[in-house]
Amino acid sequence: MQEFASEFTQALSLILEGDSELWAIVLLSMRVSVFAVLISALIGMPLGAALAVARFPGRRALIILVNALMGFPPVVAGLLVYLMLSRSGPLGILELLYTPTAMIIAQVVLVTPIMAALTRQVVEMLAEEYSEQLRSLGVSRLASVPVLLWDARLALVTALLAGFGRAIAEVGAVIIVGGNINHVTRVMTTTIALETSKGNLALALALGVILVGLAVAVNAMVSVLTLRAEREGVRHA
Amino acid sequence: MIPDFLRASLVALGLTASAGWAEEPFIIVQSTTSTQNSGLLDYILPGFEAETGIDVRVVAVGTGQAIRNAVNGDGDVLLVHSKPAEEQFVADGWGVQRFDVMYNDFVLVGPKSDPAGIAGSDDIIAALAAVAEAKLPFVSRGDDSGTHKAEMRHWGAAGIDPTAASGTWYREAGAGMGAALNVASGMGAYVLTDRATWLSFGNRGDQEILVEGDPRLFNQYGVTLVNPEKHSGVRAAAGQRFIDWLIGPDGQAAIESYMLDGQQLFFPNAN
Amino acid sequence: MRDVVTEAPATLEVRGLSIAHEGKVLLDVPHLCLDGPGPTLILGPNGAGKSLLLRCLHGLIQPDRGRVCQNGVLLNGCHKARQAMVFQRPVLLRRSVAANLDFVLKRKSMPRVQRKPRIDDLLAEGGLDGKARQPARSLSGGEAQRLAILRALALDPETLFLDEPTSALDPSATQMIERMVLRASAQGVRIVMVTHDIGQARRLATEIVMMQAGHVVEQGLARQVLESPKSDESRRYLDGGLVT
Repeated sequence: MQEFASEFTQALSLILEGDSELWAIVLLSMRVSVFAVLISALIGMPLGAALAVARFPGRRALIILVNALMGFPPVVAGLLVYLMLSRSGPLGILELLYTPTAMIIAQVVLVTPIMAALTRQVVEMLAEEYSEQLRSLGVSRLASVPVLLWDARLALVTALLAGFGRAIAEVGAVIIVGGNINHVTRVMTTTIALETSKGNLALALALGVILVGLAVAVNAMVSVLTLRAEREGVRHA
Repeated sequence: MIPDFLRASLVALGLTASAGWAEEPFIIVQSTTSTQNSGLLDYILPGFEAETGIDVRVVAVGTGQAIRNAVNGDGDVLLVHSKPAEEQFVADGWGVQRFDVMYNDFVLVGPKSDPAGIAGSDDIIAALAAVAEAKLPFVSRGDDSGTHKAEMRHWGAAGIDPTAASGTWYREAGAGMGAALNVASGMGAYVLTDRATWLSFGNRGDQEILVEGDPRLFNQYGVTLVNPEKHSGVRAAAGQRFIDWLIGPDGQAAIESYMLDGQQLFFPNAN
Repeated sequence: MRDVVTEAPATLEVRGLSIAHEGKVLLDVPHLCLDGPGPTLILGPNGAGKSLLLRCLHGLIQPDRGRVCQNGVLLNGCHKARQAMVFQRPVLLRRSVAANLDFVLKRKSMPRVQRKPRIDDLLAEGGLDGKARQPARSLSGGEAQRLAILRALALDPETLFLDEPTSALDPSATQMIERMVLRASAQGVRIVMVTHDIGQARRLATEIVMMQAGHVVEQGLARQVLESPKSDESRRYLDGGLVT
């Protein structure tokens, strides 16, 4: 165990010395996951808000479905996206398999339900509070969606972070559709998987520490920004 | 064309984040974990890339999955190690022609204490029989990979069906070579592995090579161009160029010269 | 002639209004006409149906039966656009004070250049100048309710409904709200306000509607109802109210 600890320290210091290849991997991880989360937010948040305010038969069932999809297995998501993007699949002509775009798509599949479900929950609570007032002001259900989304923005930041956490830590989907190709689609998690399979456990763990550190840094940054926004008050609608 | 338009808009959005996705030519090689985890490809590919300007993108999975991916057209070149499966791949029309590239060998790894008493043997069939007889833990890849197919051939030769004991002493990891080695190392089990992966493996614990040198442990690698007549997207010219290089004098010399801890891992044998 | 009509507050009238839930009558008002010159205050014990009546008048709740008319015409979208309501607990958007006002002005399609000065005027009217950029949620209870009233007034309402707007406020905050209500009334806005506070009714009301158990038990000029109530229910309520 002691030997492992010293190996680990060694690996960590190597990494922190600023290996350019490692930083390219970190950057790609961030880029893919940030993109995926933004796209998921654009799709999932309006969807979740609409689900919160709309009234139609089957709404309950749809909410249960969306909530359940939060636990969608990454490998299955990866497989679905692979089958779509494969040269023998319907979108094969786009030649997106084994590119970062494919990884973004797979992560969007995983993160969108998280966005929709958490948004639905947050917005539904807010809608309950606002409902009479908004109707008194003549705001229709549909028109209330952007109002509610904007007013729930601080709570929605948490949804964004939850989605980012899922995206950046996910390996099963991106390794299938990205192929873990060196310098092209190799991200933090697939690197960790690769180093583990090479038996370089200390290095894999050190990379894991960096991944966690990254997640902590992103969370801290966002919460600082959120706090500041809250303190300053948001100027306009 | 709509796909072109779509692709253009994706590029505009910065979504096709891969550098050189449009400008720099590349090929995708469906290969096995052993060629990648051993460091061989990282060692020989820069030479080819510098000479031709073609970027080689390696997807490293088990031989079974590599062949399935190639059947789907998701690769231009197949570099794996299961000759019967590769020949079937070509016979079914998915590949153009198969060439021998290199070989290494399989070894049986197990705990230093060696409860089966097979250390030093060069008879893989007898060794496996001894392990089965004593019901000692054995980790199988269980993933339809080249190594898994080879292991099953040897069990067959010994007249044993280990899958009947699956879950007891016979453990099917359903994972890559490295993951299976991690499992074996963790539980002090016997495991069949290719020598290259073993030599470059960092988590050996109390495991060592017990059986080697049996001619039946010979492990041949072959390379095949995916048939562009089946999938029009196949980058046939660049792929063929890679194959010609790999089985030509430059590629063969590069393979020959790859050493890890002073040991040669792969032996070029293209005709 | 036309000026006279628009200066008089809008007339509200309900006919055959009833709401029941699980066999229990919550509201039963055969006829009620609000056409007096000043504020109407609705008084009555908890559960009398005051808030329910207010919401029917505002179109927030569809009654089981009956109809609401404004100036003799069935309540329609145009009327509703010029009605506003202030709730017991102010529901402010999670934005700045100014943005809460901007929200309704924008909904009225007021051009940006006009919105800014209008917001400044409104804030001055409610004594909230200097707080424009402050988050609305950080206002005190009194300030928040003033902002809610300003936001209602920003709609240029013909009718302003208020549902116990001062029940959670201290006397000085209550006084500021009452002043704003009287000012609006003086400008020709029909005021319909629910309250528990008999003193407030005395201070504000021109007309009083007494309710109990879903029924209107008495309607009349404020002094008349407060000094010499005709119905036993009113008398009992006012006596109890005076004791506490």
